[in-house]
Amino acid sequence: MTRAGRVVPVLLALTLPLWLASPYFLHVVIMAGIFGILALSLNLLLGYTGQLSLGHAAFFGIGAYTSALLTLRLEWSFWLALPGAVAASGLAGWLIGRLALKLRGAYFVLVTISFAGVIALVSVNWMDVTNGPLGLPGVPAPALGPWSLRAKSVYYYLVLVAVLLAYLVCRRLVASRIGRAFVALRENEALAESVGVDVTHYLVLAAVVSAAMAGMAGSLYAHYTRFVSPEVFLFSYTVTMVIMVVAGGKGTLAGPLVGALIFTALPEALRAVTSWQWQMLAYGVLLVLLVFFLPRGIVPALAAWRARNAP
Amino acid sequence: MNGLVLGGTYALLGIGLTLIFGLMNVVNFAHGEFYTLGAYAAFATLGLAGTHFVAAVLAAIACGVALGAVCELTLLRPLRAESIDTTMLVMIGVWITMQNGELLLWGGVAKSIPHPFPTAPLVLGPVSIAPLRVFVLVLAAGLIVASYLLIHKTQLGMAMRATFQDRDTAALMGVRIGRIHTATFAFGSGLAAAAGALLGPVFLVYPSMGDLAALKAFSVVILGGLGNLPGATLGGLLLGVAEELGAGYVSSGYRDAVGFVIIILVLLLRPAGLFAKQERIG
Repeated sequence: MTRAGRVVPVLLALTLPLWLASPYFLHVVIMAGIFGILALSLNLLLGYTGQLSLGHAAFFGIGAYTSALLTLRLEWSFWLALPGAVAASGLAGWLIGRLALKLRGAYFVLVTISFAGVIALVSVNWMDVTNGPLGLPGVPAPALGPWSLRAKSVYYYLVLVAVLLAYLVCRRLVASRIGRAFVALRENEALAESVGVDVTHYLVLAAVVSAAMAGMAGSLYAHYTRFVSPEVFLFSYTVTMVIMVVAGGKGTLAGPLVGALIFTALPEALRAVTSWQWQMLAYGVLLVLLVFFLPRGIVPALAAWRARNAP
Repeated sequence: MNGLVLGGTYALLGIGLTLIFGLMNVVNFAHGEFYTLGAYAAFATLGLAGTHFVAAVLAAIACGVALGAVCELTLLRPLRAESIDTTMLVMIGVWITMQNGELLLWGGVAKSIPHPFPTAPLVLGPVSIAPLRVFVLVLAAGLIVASYLLIHKTQLGMAMRATFQDRDTAALMGVRIGRIHTATFAFGSGLAAAAGALLGPVFLVYPSMGDLAALKAFSVVILGGLGNLPGATLGGLLLGVAEELGAGYVSSGYRDAVGFVIIILVLLLRPAGLFAKQERIG
């Protein structure tokens, strides 16, 4: 990529609240950032180790609830609750990884779906702690010393830092020995094992990092909307993440972020012209079309196109 | 007794799903939507056109078979060489599309299907049961027996079993794999639609009813072992009874958790299913 190709997006991202005054668009961008973290985290599992988790909303929700409960009930500050949420989700990821990663393919998918289902039912039924279907209102906005980060233009930078952090963690991980082990497992597990890759160790590691990142996104979401309800466990969140990763390009670093941007902006654009049902309908059709025509995703397709047209 | 009624329809769902998975290696996430389709087809014929209940069930099966065949021919056939993850994503797309299509077509309000049976329960010794539920149980049992006959006594069934055991050998013996796949998917979808038409009058009909049904079907299939027909039948009955007991003795809020817990426990402890002879995992 050229120098300008790198500098321009960075400048755009840094100055965004200055020229994008509309709070609505800023909201869309913040949500895209939160979903970007989620897509990056799912990509670590789906794209690099090749394991499809359809329970990723559970880690997102665990992060959101942990962060909300820590600040509301124990009155921790956001800066302690965020690592708390990351740790709680990471722990859940470790548990699921230890238990479920003995299984592969459809079996693994089903365990992750069931896990998310159980957690969602617990959040609805455990009234004393989660307040059931009513949810937890009044989650405090984070503050830095005397300054509240409540304003959208300020919260945007918080999310931006988080996205950057998640991206750098992914990049560092993927470029390392660990990342090569992930890819080796995806490509040929038996062969990888025979050259000494510890399968369970690496898969559990991927699950923990992935879940912890999803937990961070959950915490950011909770303190942004300042309300948490069992809706955070909705299966449609998981489906959205999968679409973002697959559409953007699984197993690439930029793919999930591109996917997150497109698929946060697209439903908002569709909302202006149609009702919510049509929007979901379009989503389903789009997913089918994507698998048919862009099976490897947007970013790899662009890269291939550029390689073909390079002088 | 209610557990058996539920279990019979779960078994129908499970048989369809297990056939599709075992034979085609497709994880059919849209299975629950065929169940919903059947319920709405029954609602349309029974509630609006006022036909007989059996005719409504037959109409639902016809809808399921037709749409299942279309789905297989247009979406799954071109992707037959692709990996299981690819078809899984396509089926998730079909699921979202069908569910929201139903939402648009019928609206989000739950509908109840009128049925011609008296509401006073039949009392047989210590148990009492609504006549409708007896009827549902009988029809479900009939359909299960019919699918066994289809698979074990007909030529199509023989070709299906052959494909299930070894696709390449079956193809060499002159079995047209493409047709068998279409037939299997249509058959499985028809069974799911039948289950929807049967349970529709017992409960309410609404667009997202298929989500839970799909989940139940997956639990049944896992309970019985993927691709295992008698396992799916027994698994269905077992899940129906277990849910009633769980709702009765633990808490009705966690009733639907029974399915999830069964999936997790069985997969972790006996991943080949409770009644499996032997099957390779993964």
